Amino acid sequence: MAAQDTDTGPIPQAAGMSTLHKIIFAVLLVFLIGLPFMVYPVFAMKVMTFALFAAAFNLLLGFGGLLSFGHAAYFGGASYIAAHAAKVWGLTPELAVLSGTAAAAVLGLLIGSLSIRRQGIYFAMVTLAFAQMVYFIALQAPFTGGEDGIQSVPRGKLFGFISLENNIALYFFVLTVTFGGILFLYRIVHSPFGQVLKAIRENEPRAISLGYNVNRYKLMVFVLSATFSGLAGAMKSQVFQLASLTDVHWMMSGEVVLMTLLGGMGTIFGPLVGGAIIVTMQNYLATFGAWVTVIQGVIFVIGVLLFREGIIGVIARWIKRPL
Amino acid sequence: MFELLGIPPQVLLGQLLLGLINGSFYAVLSLGLAVIFGLLNIINFAHGALYMAGAFVGWMLLNYLGIGYWPALILAPLIVGAFGIVLERTMLSRLYHLDHLYGLLLTFGLALIIQGLFRNYYGISGLPYQIPALLSGGQNLGFMFLPNYRAWVVVASVLVCFGTWFVIEKTRLGAYLRAATENPALVGAFGINVPLLVMLTYGFGVALAGFAGVLAAPIYSVNPNMGADLIIVVFAVVVIGGMGSIMGAIVTGYMLGLIEGLTRVFYPEGSAVVIFVIMAIVLLIKPEGLFGRTA
Repeated sequence: MAAQDTDTGPIPQAAGMSTLHKIIFAVLLVFLIGLPFMVYPVFAMKVMTFALFAAAFNLLLGFGGLLSFGHAAYFGGASYIAAHAAKVWGLTPELAVLSGTAAAAVLGLLIGSLSIRRQGIYFAMVTLAFAQMVYFIALQAPFTGGEDGIQSVPRGKLFGFISLENNIALYFFVLTVTFGGILFLYRIVHSPFGQVLKAIRENEPRAISLGYNVNRYKLMVFVLSATFSGLAGAMKSQVFQLASLTDVHWMMSGEVVLMTLLGGMGTIFGPLVGGAIIVTMQNYLATFGAWVTVIQGVIFVIGVLLFREGIIGVIARWIKRPL
Repeated sequence: MFELLGIPPQVLLGQLLLGLINGSFYAVLSLGLAVIFGLLNIINFAHGALYMAGAFVGWMLLNYLGIGYWPALILAPLIVGAFGIVLERTMLSRLYHLDHLYGLLLTFGLALIIQGLFRNYYGISGLPYQIPALLSGGQNLGFMFLPNYRAWVVVASVLVCFGTWFVIEKTRLGAYLRAATENPALVGAFGINVPLLVMLTYGFGVALAGFAGVLAAPIYSVNPNMGADLIIVVFAVVVIGGMGSIMGAIVTGYMLGLIEGLTRVFYPEGSAVVIFVIMAIVLLIKPEGLFGRTA
């Protein structure tokens, strides 16, 4: 879904990481290393997990051109599996996170292979419906704890000997994983695979005529996006020691769309900014209850009507560089 | 009395009736979605929220203005329809030249706003709405008890569905509509005011949702979340049926309601997901939907 009305042709992307991007990533890393000493670490970890979630979603929407309205399924599904693995199976944090991520990959493969049979708005409706199915399973399955979710998940010891009970220790684990995940997503976007994805997004019939198996690429990007969403969800369950129905609810699917739209779909840094803004907003407006929903709705409407490039999209246009 | 696979017939028929009631709402709502999609090419995510708004307007008419069920059945859809027309004129019409997904995102945002506002002012506990006096009580059919109001819901939904089908497939106005669906530019060239047609179609589609809301008010309690989960099931119904035909949307709606009812008898745990499972099967066998046209 490229912003058709404003598109001035694809912005050329360098093969390696551009100097500008290197600088931004470096500044970001320095900032994130200092962050837990300035704000509440759990809040900072929440921002990072959602930034990874939005970046994973953006891989599918911004670069694959596929609007999934059911990404809560992978985020929440992985959150449940990771929580269960840490609490009931007693796995160490890294193995619990890996199990959750693997489960999201399998789920993404199952749902993706069915969903890519339809296009456009049907694709959005199908993914939403499958995610609702996952929601009902989370509500009813014997191991998910129904309305309560899986509570007091132990944080455990990383690799069996580094205790993550300390928020700062956990923070650096989360930072390593989410930052690594985001760099990996960056690599995917700038790989030959990513270039083919962009070609499919811009002109699918042409990509087919050039001999690309379009459906295989779509399925691959779907699974990758689901996997990294799962990684984010699994981390989230370790940070909050909780997997709950909120993680698999359709509101979560909507929120990640909102983060991506607000920050700028199809940009590298947009989802990170969008995720940070939405999480911060929810944090400060938590006492206003349902007004948060109304405000999110208003941002959606304004974003779609007036601001389709998103924050980073606008900045990128100003400085005439891809961000 | 006979028993089927160890299920007492009262239970079976009771669940089938319940399924038929749910099916009535699926049919009316997916019909509205199909009508809107046909002309505007957008999926109206706000459909569930407007269905909820219809129920609330009915409740407000009764509790603030003393207007009863029967006038509300006409007034609430008109009010919701008028609101829909405002949305179409001020917002949706700005998106027609863009990718259709933006329409989905916009209406999703609108759904959040509408639901959030009602949740702020009315909480989530649900408000009661009395069954109108004329339809209270029920009939004892010998093998089961049939509440009058539930029978009315089925009859009313069938009438509305049939009426809509008739107008679209058999009248001159419907012919314009179908022509505009095929080729809006050409129809406009013949002197038909296509933007007006689009506006009225959206208004009518959401009025259908408002009508379903009033119909639902006495059965389900009136609460801000009543449309949110329903609309996702209706999306699945629409995917199963395909949005190619009006009749397809109606038939699929009732059929899936009944299947859901049957599942509740034979495998209760599966009743919440059966429609999604059917959707998966349809996607495997006939991706364009049972009544869909190949894209």
